[in-house]
Amino acid sequence: MKQKFVRSILSGMLAAAAIAMSSTAYAANYDLTVDYVTIDTGETQTRGIGYNGSSPGPTLRFTKGETATIRVTNNLDQPTSIHWHGIILPYQMDGVPGISFPGIAPGGTFTYQFPVQQSGTYWFHSHSGFQEPDGAYGAILIAPQKREPFKFDREYVVVLKDKHPHSGARILRNLKMMPDYYNRKQRTLSDFIDDVSKNGLTPTLSERGDWGKMRMTPTDIEDVQGFVGLINGKSPRQNWTGLFKPNERVRLRFINASAMTYFDVRIPGLTMTVVQADGNNVQPVKVDEFRISVAETYDVIVQPKEEKAYGIMAQSMGRSGFAFASLAPRVGMRAEIPPRRTDAPLLTMADMGMDHSSMGGSGMDDMSGMDHSTMSEMAGMDHSGMGAPKADPFYASGSGLIPKAVNGGKFLSYSDLKAQKPLYADRPATREIELRLTGNMERYSWSINGIKYEDAEPIRLKYGERVRFKFINETMMSHPMHLHGMWSILDAGKGKWNPVKHTININPGTTVYSETEVDAPGEWAFHCHLTYHMATGMFRKVIVEGGPAVAALKNGSQ
Amino acid sequence: MKIINLIAIGCGVIAPLLSFSLTAKADNPVFYGLQMEQFEYRAGDEGEKLFSWNGGAFIGTDELKLRWQGEGERDINAGINEKLENRLVLQTPVSDFFDVKGGVRLDTPKGTDRWYGTVGITGLAPQWFEVDADLFVSETGDSSARLDIAYEGLITNHLILTPSVELNAAFSDDPEIEVSKGLSNIELGLRLSYDIIDRSISPYIGIVYERKLGNTASLAKDEGADYEATFAVFGLRLMF
Repeated sequence: MKQKFVRSILSGMLAAAAIAMSSTAYAANYDLTVDYVTIDTGETQTRGIGYNGSSPGPTLRFTKGETATIRVTNNLDQPTSIHWHGIILPYQMDGVPGISFPGIAPGGTFTYQFPVQQSGTYWFHSHSGFQEPDGAYGAILIAPQKREPFKFDREYVVVLKDKHPHSGARILRNLKMMPDYYNRKQRTLSDFIDDVSKNGLTPTLSERGDWGKMRMTPTDIEDVQGFVGLINGKSPRQNWTGLFKPNERVRLRFINASAMTYFDVRIPGLTMTVVQADGNNVQPVKVDEFRISVAETYDVIVQPKEEKAYGIMAQSMGRSGFAFASLAPRVGMRAEIPPRRTDAPLLTMADMGMDHSSMGGSGMDDMSGMDHSTMSEMAGMDHSGMGAPKADPFYASGSGLIPKAVNGGKFLSYSDLKAQKPLYADRPATREIELRLTGNMERYSWSINGIKYEDAEPIRLKYGERVRFKFINETMMSHPMHLHGMWSILDAGKGKWNPVKHTININPGTTVYSETEVDAPGEWAFHCHLTYHMATGMFRKVIVEGGPAVAALKNGSQ
Repeated sequence: MKIINLIAIGCGVIAPLLSFSLTAKADNPVFYGLQMEQFEYRAGDEGEKLFSWNGGAFIGTDELKLRWQGEGERDINAGINEKLENRLVLQTPVSDFFDVKGGVRLDTPKGTDRWYGTVGITGLAPQWFEVDADLFVSETGDSSARLDIAYEGLITNHLILTPSVELNAAFSDDPEIEVSKGLSNIELGLRLSYDIIDRSISPYIGIVYERKLGNTASLAKDEGADYEATFAVFGLRLMF
């Protein structure tokens, strides 16, 4: 008891010291404990994992140019780790057990220390077991040294999370027993009857037959349904609220910390100006709605003008769940939850990477007349032949996943993203590495080039080269691919203005390219950020050979 | 005695599996699960009261699993096990949608016990038919085969209609267990289930038609025994 008291005084002093030091802007110190916590969504109370006693953990603030020192103490009875998602740092500080470091043993403390070389919105999470879906995540905000190229009067972090009543380990075990364990959006008898009355019996049977032949279903969009969408740890019922004064510019820093769920985000009544993607400034784009893949971040600026509450509505891509929060001029005001969209998407043969004409599926009448011949090589290509509005080239032509804004307005596409200021000089890539995203839904196993992580050789890169990754999605699901330690320059067909990201979403039936300047020696993780895809093998180790000797870093692992 | 043998063989099967799991890389995860497709009370058209089950459990990796499969039928009035089968097999993938399995089966119903060696395949056929096909060779050298097919039809996303068929065939006579060469028995089922807690507990009602075939049926007729029966069934589908 006494000891605990002394410890809390000590940590208080440390925290005070941290504040004092950070005000000089040369160092920022944080102490984080990793704890078992109770996560209360208002509907369910589950035991989870959090930081400093809460999930999500505290928001960590740094300023570019300072040195971050974060002491992490593991109060769990299992090993843990923290990965600083999107942060450029020495690889030993990257926090992936088995690649960057051994992990943090129960009762142990590890001191992370790294120079802060960037600014923007990022996040952190455990890279051990299923601690991240179980609640081990938090936001990181890094202030730039110079003025930002956009103005705002106040800002909020908006962290999205798909909180499931089951633990991560249980979810994966269930998926392994039965891949559609959580899929309650499958087509039923009444869908069959509807389709027969709409399209006739023969086309409907033939269409069902095409899917049945592949043993795939057009409803494999959200593997893990039954979650409650959280914003900053609050369920729609608990209604997180950010205050504003009318006409203020409010910066919202969206982070998708979900395990498995993409969200379509809108704020009815407000136009959002996207100013940052994955921590890097982009040329402002006004949108009515955007889709945020797992692990991505988008910063938007809104200007609510009326003295009323506005709702932040984030409905999942498969429409099985949603998160909701309010922006309000006064405490206690809450926005009405807008009607939920029930237009659950269905995958099409285009999402299977199949040319329509070769399928003979006359049940796909809605797609007839579309040209699928150029499907797999579309990123950055002009689709002027497609008719207005221009189709999003980052979805397969005729894909069932192509989003539309509820109000009929502008929906953000990757092809709208242009870097505000290129981070690297544009130059041709030195070589191309092909990564086919592969998997077997029925076995619930996921892989790259058909090989699971445990059987795969690492990807070897040479320090100083610029590699071009060619992602070919051969599965029917979207995969947010995250390379640790180095930036991924998305080929959006914008040349030197291509946006710089840490997580690149690849939709089914598409091929997407990204380039990486190999400027960080060491060993890194590279994986799909969907928790249960990563856990079952869609993961690679990347070894950067050569380059400056990696200094033996002193760390506080005890 | 047979049970002891089964345990001994079971341990013999588990040992290499465990050593495989332990030598596998630490990140080759081991999963386990228990599924009872049928766990039901059967009320027959001639006043029969039976308790019947059909299920399995597994532990293992993507590459190798140890699976127990159990089937049985207990006559509640007579207090005897009309059917009691336990199988222990090792299972490994051979294609995208199919696994091969091999192991042992022990039948210990009232009457004559039998040992079998077994090989088979299990998986998902096109158009979503769940298929199990097994060959058995008994200790007396008699061989037989079984085909199980089931289909889950979604009335809604929670209300599921499952037709199933089980067909048995023998390649030689084994009079001790009252089986003759040829198709020996068929069981047709139709069960309507509702998922009440996730997929863990799904109560169902249904009907089952069971019939002995060919010479096996004649054998039963000669003895004055039933060769066909229809049941109303009430049960639970379980998955843990």
